[in-house]
Amino acid sequence: MLNSKTAHELLDLIKAGKASQDKILSDLKSRIDKVEPKVKAYAHLPKETDYVKQDSLLKGIPIAIKDNICTKGQLATCASRILENFSAPYDATVIEKLKEKGALIFGKTNMDEFAFGSSCETSCYGPTRNPWDLKRVPGGSSGGSAAAVAADEAIWALGSDTGGSIRQPASLCAVVGLKPTYGRVSRYGLIAFASSLDQIGPITKDVHDAALLLNVIAGYDKKDSTCADIPAVDYTSCFTKDLKGVKIAIPKEYFIGGLDKEVEESVKQAKAVLGKLGATFKEVSLPHTKYAVSVYYIIATAEASSNLARFDGVQYGFRGKPSASDKSGQMISMYKQTRGKGFGLEAKRRIILGTYVLSSGYYDAYYLRALKVRTLIKNDFDKVFKDFDCVLTPTSPTAAFKIGERLEDPLSMYLSDIYTISANLAGIPAISLPCGFTKDKLPIGLQLLSAPFKEEDLFKVSYAFEQNTPWHKMKPDLKV
Amino acid sequence: MKFETVIGLEVHVHLKTKTKAFCGCSTEFGSEPNAQTCPVCLGLPGSLPVLNAKALEYAVKVALALDCEAQGFIKFDRKNYFYPDLPKNYQISQYDMPVGLNGCVSIDIDNTEKKIRVKRVHLEEDAGKLIHKQDGSASLVDYNRCGIALLEIVSEPDINSPAEAFEYLKNLKLIVQYLGVSDCDMEKGSLRCDANISLRPKGKKQLGTKIELKNMNSFKGVRDALEYEARRQEEVLSKGGSITQETRLWDEDKQLTFSMRSKEEAHDYRYFPDPDLVPFTLEREFIAEIKKGLPELPKNKLLRYIKEFGLSQKEADVIIQDKDMCVLFEDCAAIYAQPRRIYNWLTGVILSYMNDRKKNITQLDLNSQALVKLIQYVEEDKLSNLAAKDVLFCALDGKKDIDSVIKEKGVTQVSDAKDLEKIVEAALKDNPKSVDDFLAGKENAIMFLVGQVMKLSKGRANPKVVKEVILRRLNKTQTYGT
Repeated sequence: MLNSKTAHELLDLIKAGKASQDKILSDLKSRIDKVEPKVKAYAHLPKETDYVKQDSLLKGIPIAIKDNICTKGQLATCASRILENFSAPYDATVIEKLKEKGALIFGKTNMDEFAFGSSCETSCYGPTRNPWDLKRVPGGSSGGSAAAVAADEAIWALGSDTGGSIRQPASLCAVVGLKPTYGRVSRYGLIAFASSLDQIGPITKDVHDAALLLNVIAGYDKKDSTCADIPAVDYTSCFTKDLKGVKIAIPKEYFIGGLDKEVEESVKQAKAVLGKLGATFKEVSLPHTKYAVSVYYIIATAEASSNLARFDGVQYGFRGKPSASDKSGQMISMYKQTRGKGFGLEAKRRIILGTYVLSSGYYDAYYLRALKVRTLIKNDFDKVFKDFDCVLTPTSPTAAFKIGERLEDPLSMYLSDIYTISANLAGIPAISLPCGFTKDKLPIGLQLLSAPFKEEDLFKVSYAFEQNTPWHKMKPDLKV
Repeated sequence: MKFETVIGLEVHVHLKTKTKAFCGCSTEFGSEPNAQTCPVCLGLPGSLPVLNAKALEYAVKVALALDCEAQGFIKFDRKNYFYPDLPKNYQISQYDMPVGLNGCVSIDIDNTEKKIRVKRVHLEEDAGKLIHKQDGSASLVDYNRCGIALLEIVSEPDINSPAEAFEYLKNLKLIVQYLGVSDCDMEKGSLRCDANISLRPKGKKQLGTKIELKNMNSFKGVRDALEYEARRQEEVLSKGGSITQETRLWDEDKQLTFSMRSKEEAHDYRYFPDPDLVPFTLEREFIAEIKKGLPELPKNKLLRYIKEFGLSQKEADVIIQDKDMCVLFEDCAAIYAQPRRIYNWLTGVILSYMNDRKKNITQLDLNSQALVKLIQYVEEDKLSNLAAKDVLFCALDGKKDIDSVIKEKGVTQVSDAKDLEKIVEAALKDNPKSVDDFLAGKENAIMFLVGQVMKLSKGRANPKVVKEVILRRLNKTQTYGT
């Protein structure tokens, strides 16, 4: 079945005349018909699909897109009731680039509402399930993209990552997820969660596909002032067989309490594999790591509270009916009804938190201080990357947890991102790779981080690792 | 108790950039509602702002022209508040690091210069326009104005009377117009002004409780609202009452202010740096370049006109109010060394034409050569003043050249005594009483006779020559009579 292949495999097959866009699409659709009712990876599936010209680079290979990225004429709901009927009138820059290179935009994947979450449970469409264990979460917020790729319901996908939203679900679903350097990929058309942290990135079945996809979406965009005018390299050209001379740092702050024993063991084994390939290791300290979660939840919610202010029922999306008994007047009542009914619980929690930390009298104590600590966290990494090519950590402290298990306890949910958040705060690139399974057959992920705009270093190490491990080849049994 | 009035003004000026502050939409005034919008200025999900470099350049220009310290570090902040005319429910503005700080505008009060300090100049985006249906059934939003680059210019509370406020606004507007960065048209909303006013016992340092005034639609409106408010506050305070801090709206029809909201309802705007716009540093050279390129400002032009063209302060002040007229003035003066004559023409005939036809000088088809030619014809007695005015009006209305209008109308001045004798004869014949009066010693009667000749000649006769001819002719008559 062609839907289980990677994009680069399909390109080879098309070249050899052994695959076509028609066949890929029909295989994909029949897989979705069988599997989607169990996994629920998609928020919206296309009613009909366009055909893309075959002389293009990507030859019409379909790609699944997280539902917070605008694709012209299709719904972009962020899995929120408040945007239930919002159809994007324009293409995000990444979508323009994909279309230009001949990708077929296929389906919008489920997510935590506005990317607020680590479990894909806060979606207004209901939770996506982990293909490896349908009782468990796929991670989040790009849980739909990760689950779709893991369940072969997609060839590859785009996600977005604000504090781990690509890497953590990639880890929990045994796929590859890359968060590029902040500014490597245009954010134009990505419905913002936290503007200074958000990045779009690939979720794929292997490292080669991640590099191929980054090749397409990376680069300067004059529509995004935060997008860097630094030329991207061909990321598929940095693969090597051995890792001689590669220096990898192991931050001691990432291997303490809260880290699951099985996860720790898998990461140790991964280290051994890399060591055999020639990489050398040294323990380092990233002393401000312990502040990352607090700093993140101040900065991210502050920005979110402002970014989400536009959802007010005036121009588009859901509009609540003003209540006649509301003494604050029609307009205020309309705002209250719209936002009160349109946003889910976690969205409201974050908006209130963000509003609070920006309030007069609290700004200096919270937001301003958080910005300062953010700089310290970034400095920690800068220092390490003077001597090392990569930093190696687990992606998530645990494997996939059960649906409902952490929903009532936001703090435990927030801690699922404890290892991924720092990369967003520091603006550096990071990748998650499958590196093993627990006794219960739940995937475990390995995270590699590098200096800004050094994605090639990540690909080099990741590719060599993948070539010498079986994990990325494993497929969940969905009993169909 | 005597009170001192303390006023500070907040002026908003639309910058005349072709496109909006953070997107590529046109800023043209008067299009169909919402025709000039895009995902960015509509604040659609996923869209991002990109700073219009021209808007920043204009902002720096104004800051420098107002003698501000131009700030090299450019940062934008979000001002968060909910209102349907603001599609993102935050406004991109500058909070703690405005483009310009600590400037000033000089005003002239009873022939003494007073400096009004400018606290800050900052760049922001404008909001849309709400139109409420009369029956209250709906409110409509037009986002065409939304996102247009807006400059906020905030004065220190250095203004001590409504008249000073008026002068400040007049001078500020003139400076901005000289820079060519805004039309400053209050009617079209390209200049708006809010005022803060408080009273304090004369001699006291501590400021009184201030009232914010909004909704003034002209400079006169600002002055009237301030006058009303100063009177109102004085009445309250004189009776031993106190002022509560609030925002009041000016009602132009009723000529009074009324309360809009109290301080308790004031917003917490939760300013924070806009993460979509990366802060950056302006090169020192860039600022120096802009400073070098600033045009001559009104104050300097005034002094130069006094010195160079011999105009009085009052005269110079009239002409510098119109920078385009100044251009024509100097063009004329360059080819015709009679600045006063040119000045008289420009501020007389031409200004009256402009007022009459409701046109500004750039809309007139008038160049320096044509105007100078016309003035010279008058000086050379080829045209009477009256005829020249007529010719000019015709030429401007019909967009024709001066000489062809003169030819068409046949209005060249008749200065040859021989040619005038016949008309003089007829005028004297028709007005025997005036002739008798003159001959009886009433010197003034001759002016009446000259007037009659002018009338008969349809303004073409040279009045000086006419007078000579009449005098000669009457002396003759006298001779014959004896």
